[in-house]
Amino acid sequence: MSIWRDIKGTLEPFWITLRNMLRPVVTVEYPEVRTKLPPRYRGRLILTCDPDGLERCVACHLCSAACPVDCISMQAAEAQDGRRYAAWFRINFSRCIFCGLCTEACPTLAIQVTGDFEMANRNPLETVWEKEQLLVDHCGREPEYNFYRQAGIGVAAARGENPGEDKPVDVKDLLP
Amino acid sequence: MPEWLIIGLLIVAKLGLIFMVLLTLAAYLVLAERKILGRMQLRPGPNRVGPFGLMQPLADVIKLLTKEDFIPARADKWLFILAPGLAAVTALLTFAVVPFGPPLTLFGHQVPLVVCDLNIGVLFFLGLSSLAVYGMTLGGWASNSKYSLMGAIRGLSQLISYELSMGLALVPVVMLARSFSLTDIVMAQADVPFALVNPLAFLIFLISAVAESKRIPFDLPEAENELVGGFHTEYSGMRFGLFFVGEYINLIILGSMLTVFFLGGWMGPFLPGVVWFSIKVLFVCFFFIWVRGTMPRLRYDQLMHFGWKILLPLSLLNVLLTGALLLWRQG
Repeated sequence: MSIWRDIKGTLEPFWITLRNMLRPVVTVEYPEVRTKLPPRYRGRLILTCDPDGLERCVACHLCSAACPVDCISMQAAEAQDGRRYAAWFRINFSRCIFCGLCTEACPTLAIQVTGDFEMANRNPLETVWEKEQLLVDHCGREPEYNFYRQAGIGVAAARGENPGEDKPVDVKDLLP
Repeated sequence: MPEWLIIGLLIVAKLGLIFMVLLTLAAYLVLAERKILGRMQLRPGPNRVGPFGLMQPLADVIKLLTKEDFIPARADKWLFILAPGLAAVTALLTFAVVPFGPPLTLFGHQVPLVVCDLNIGVLFFLGLSSLAVYGMTLGGWASNSKYSLMGAIRGLSQLISYELSMGLALVPVVMLARSFSLTDIVMAQADVPFALVNPLAFLIFLISAVAESKRIPFDLPEAENELVGGFHTEYSGMRFGLFFVGEYINLIILGSMLTVFFLGGWMGPFLPGVVWFSIKVLFVCFFFIWVRGTMPRLRYDQLMHFGWKILLPLSLLNVLLTGALLLWRQG
């Protein structure tokens, strides 16, 4: 009969809530207890160095182009030896959504994610991080890769000096 | 010391004590509710302020007092200010007739453990609980906001329909105790509490009390996910705090009324009367919280349907049956 079903359906939930009240809580109480983060956790961004200890970033702007919220900005510059670098590099972490698309776009594996997420802050201006704060002196999660060793352009060997490479072309004398 | 001074001091002490206990209890009931609801949902509830979160009520009060006091444009200012006070005061006043223990002898005086043993205590309680509707309705009306108005209208119609079955559920109690005084009603339950004598009236009163307290499953005047906050949408700071405290004092009041009318008041073996009374009231409060953790909200038409087509006829029938039985037993 439907009324008995209704009465049962009204009384049964009381038993369920009472039973659950006596079970242990599932909450992880964060500052005291920390869960182990997965190894590929996407947290704060860093700028890493190659195994030689030099900056990996070549200021190609691919990360800032990939960034869906436009939180990365930089100014490119070129050193005497032809090696490109970022004159300044800025990430606005109050905009960053920690999607990791910049790390996927980066051809030199310079920008990488870390497992750190504790960057809460009362002053929004302090969440804008400059190059000095972003730069670390290790290789991050990619200990081997060295872009200039692979590409060799201008830096590891002089231009046109790599095996099987032509001399650089003076584009000006190809003009009609 | 002259006689009148002792009596006066005793009354003032009693009033102060009740006031303090009631307000503190209401504040900690909020904490208890959040804790118990949390545990029912497998989370710990507030536990950051003080040991086990025991200072949470204090933190809440500080927060409420320091919030911006906001009055909406074109609100009816005086009614807007008056309404939360009305809600809290009517709730507090009701406790005046609640007997919370057997008479005590102090300094050679018999001190009844009730502020005022009215011989029409039942009517006083019903009258004040009807008056409490005004706090909510005026607050909702004066806010000049559609959500508040909707909440107030819902609350008004809900309370009118449940007040009726609540009053009718009390008629058998009065017939059994042969008195309108709450103290006499408790005295009449010395052997068996009325909840066992007349379980139907107990059930009807219980359901009406939950409806009267405007809590889930009858929290349509507030209905967070339909009406933002219902009648107190536009209230902020301590005005909202007064509504909130009033609601929890109301919860204690309804718990003590349920205790007095049906669970035998302070009557009980071994322990002193006041302790029995507190245990019973706290248990009823726990039950209210338990209901909140268990039930979904009723739809508006279901609520009205249940009130007018089921509870009201049942309570009328119960009055007739109880009367007939009492007549038959008299011979």
